[in-house]
Parts: sequence; C-alpha cells; structure tokens
Amino acid sequence: MSWSRDDMVARAAQELQSGQVVNLGIGMPTLVANVVPDGVQVVLHSENGILAMGPFPFEDEIDSQVINAGKQLVTIAAGGSVFDSAMSFAMIRGGHIDLAILGGLQVSVGGDLANWAVPGKMVTGMGGAMDLAVGAKRVVVIQTHASKDGISKLVDKLSLPTTALSCVKRVITDLGVFDPLGDHFRCEERALGVTQDEIRQLTGAPVIFA
Amino acid sequence: MKPLFAHAPKVFADATQAVEGLSDGMRIMAGGFGLCGNAEHCITEIARRGVRDLTIISNNCGNQGQGLAVLLQQHQVRKVICSFIGGNPDLEAQYLAGQIEVELNPQGTLAERIRAGGAGLGGFFTPTGVGTVVAEGKEVREIGGRLYVLETPLVADFAIVRAAVGDPDGNLRFHRTSRNFNPIVATAATITIAEVDRLVERGQLDPDDIHLPGIFVSRIFEARDHKNPIEHMTTRKRPQGSQP
Repeated sequence: MSWSRDDMVARAAQELQSGQVVNLGIGMPTLVANVVPDGVQVVLHSENGILAMGPFPFEDEIDSQVINAGKQLVTIAAGGSVFDSAMSFAMIRGGHIDLAILGGLQVSVGGDLANWAVPGKMVTGMGGAMDLAVGAKRVVVIQTHASKDGISKLVDKLSLPTTALSCVKRVITDLGVFDPLGDHFRCEERALGVTQDEIRQLTGAPVIFA
Repeated sequence: MKPLFAHAPKVFADATQAVEGLSDGMRIMAGGFGLCGNAEHCITEIARRGVRDLTIISNNCGNQGQGLAVLLQQHQVRKVICSFIGGNPDLEAQYLAGQIEVELNPQGTLAERIRAGGAGLGGFFTPTGVGTVVAEGKEVREIGGRLYVLETPLVADFAIVRAAVGDPDGNLRFHRTSRNFNPIVATAATITIAEVDRLVERGQLDPDDIHLPGIFVSRIFEARDHKNPIEHMTTRKRPQGSQP
C-alpha cells in the first residue's frame, strides 16, 4: 500500500516548525494548511500579498477581494498584513520565507525541480514557483513518485523544463520521504507496506535507505 | 479628453472618457491577480473600442473567460507578458495553437521589471531563473559567489488600475489582496487610469493612508458597480452555537 493524497499532505505538514513563515504552493500543498499539527504555529505567506493568511472564510464573512495565490477565498489572521506583488517577492527572493512546500513534476538527485510545463501538453507558467524555489530557505516538494505507466518522477537528470537548480531539500511521494543528496536519493521513510525493491524499481536514480 | 472640473483635471466621468487615446498596437499594463483587483470598466471599454494588436502586461491576462480574457476572445491581443496562464483556457489555447505570443516571466521578476520601469532603473540582477529557459540569451553574472540573471525594465503606453478609494489628485488606497500589481503598474506607464469604488474629496484621505501617491495617476473615475467575481467559492461552516 502506498500513501494517499491525504497521507502525503499530512506527512508534509510534519515538516512545519513553530515560528516559521511558510508559503504553500497551489494544489496539494495548499491542503497542508488544513492539517497543521496541534501545537505548531506557523505564519502563512501568500505570494499575491498576504502575510498571516487565515483559513477559508465562514459563509457570512466572505470578502471577494481576499484570496490566496490559488484564487480561493481566504481570510487574514489577526496580526496579518497585505502588500503589493513587488514587496511580496522581496520577501521571497530576499530569504525571508523559511519554508516553501511546492508541487512537482520531477525532482533530480541534485535537487533540481521541474514543475511548470510539459512541452506540447501542459503549460501553466511558472507563476511564483521559480522565485520560491530560489528564495525560500528550505524547499519541500510533494508529488507522486511515478506516472501511472511507471515512469519515475525522481530522476537522475530532469527531462522537463527546469524551475530552479539545486533547490529541493526533500521530496514527499506516495511511496515515502526522499532527500536528494547529489548523486543519489536517501529514503528517510517508507509508506507502510512499500518495499525497498518497489522503490528501487520506481526511482530513476540510485536510492539508499536510512 | 474632457476633465469634469477645471480644478480637478484628472477626474473623468467614466471609462469611455478616461480611455481616450488608446490605439492599435499599444502596450497596456493591467493590475489584478486572476480576477481580483481588475479595472473591470477599463477592460470593458477596451473591448468595446475593438483596438487590436495590443500587448498586455499582466500577471494572468484574465481567468476563467473573464477579465482581460475577453480581449483574447475578441482577438485584440498580439502578445502577452505574464507569469501564469493556468486557469485561463483562452490564453492557454491560443498559446499552444501559436496564435499569440506569450512571454512567461517568473512572477517576482515580472513585478520587479515593472517596478524598475516605473523607478527609472535600467534593470536588475535576480537569482530567479538561473539555469532555466528564462535566462536564455540574457547576461548571467556572478555576484558575491552566486549567479544572477540580468532582467530589463518594462514600461507601457497605458496602465489600468483598480483601487478602493481615490481622490481628485489621484491618490489611491487599495483593498486587501486587490492591491497586488496595481500600485506597481501605475508607476510604469505614460498614462495611468485608475478606476475607484469611491472617489472622495481632496483631504479626506489621510497622507499616512495613501498606498499610491497621485503623481503616478493621470486619470481617475469612480465606478461603484464592480463585479469582483469569485473564482473559487471556498468557505467553511460556522460551528453551531458560535457567533459571527
């Protein structure tokens, strides 16, 4: 058995440490906000211009001009602030964001990330991903380990357009937790019931097990 | 161009008056993040005029078929300079079909290029994009042991911005995340048009509360009926027994 999306999101939430300023990417990473472990207090940054973002609004407190980077309605927590996009990316590039949790399409053994385009098929644009990957102090990626037809997304070298080089510190997949260490991945955790052989088979680069 | 009052030459009656002078082939910067903080009336007026071959500089160029996406549907746009096209089927389709030129920028680079344009800078070095297609054809320089790519400034003929409150001198105050790119694009165009939910008299905005000084705004008009579309209606239920 591998991890479900919910399992991956919950595992990613364990990366949060109290006091951190955290940016959550669009898609699965956004869900991490819903499962922050008890007792952990982080400040969420949203690149469209919120520091200290709150949860989704109650139905009687909607403000259509308070959204997150995924264009979902959100709230601003007590002590929060709003600002323009240049200020927001000064926070990001300037190293003021402690942790970014991003979605991924491929991660290489060197920590290179691809997450914004599949040539000829899908182009979303990089949005804020390149700035976050370069600027956040720590970058964690959540993605599936391999495609449905078994092609690994943990690779020796990226084949998709690069988001940033040598930026990813940890990848959380449906098979476990993996740290890119230059010429191999180190598996820090395995999903319950997943064998070392399965992981080796579905990883496009050497893996060692912690 | 017909200012409403001689003593307030920046104040215009509506978008039709304020957009005067826009013509084919111009570069337009637009504030807004998705559909949040869009100059809705200016966009409608640009669509009504049917000007063509426009270059749009905007983070998303509309979304979900609305906002600036209307200009795409009417084939008024030749080129888009933006950072994100996910959620914008009109732009993605025209881009993949090769019908439109799209220059993708990292979002922070886009914001800073516009800021540089408005601030009179010749560009800046950023670590974002090093080792990616974004850096192709650009100078990469090592500064303090780290690699940076040279990015150049962006300017435009017109900027269209949306604010919550404005005064006759063009001073603006934004609301929440509607601020986004609005105050930045306002600095970088020859003519900046602001549409505001509420136009107040001179002196009613406290100097400390002005987010964008009026020097950057050429024309301003009041529009009280903004749609403020909600793209994703994400709410949660209030627990029983709790008070609003």
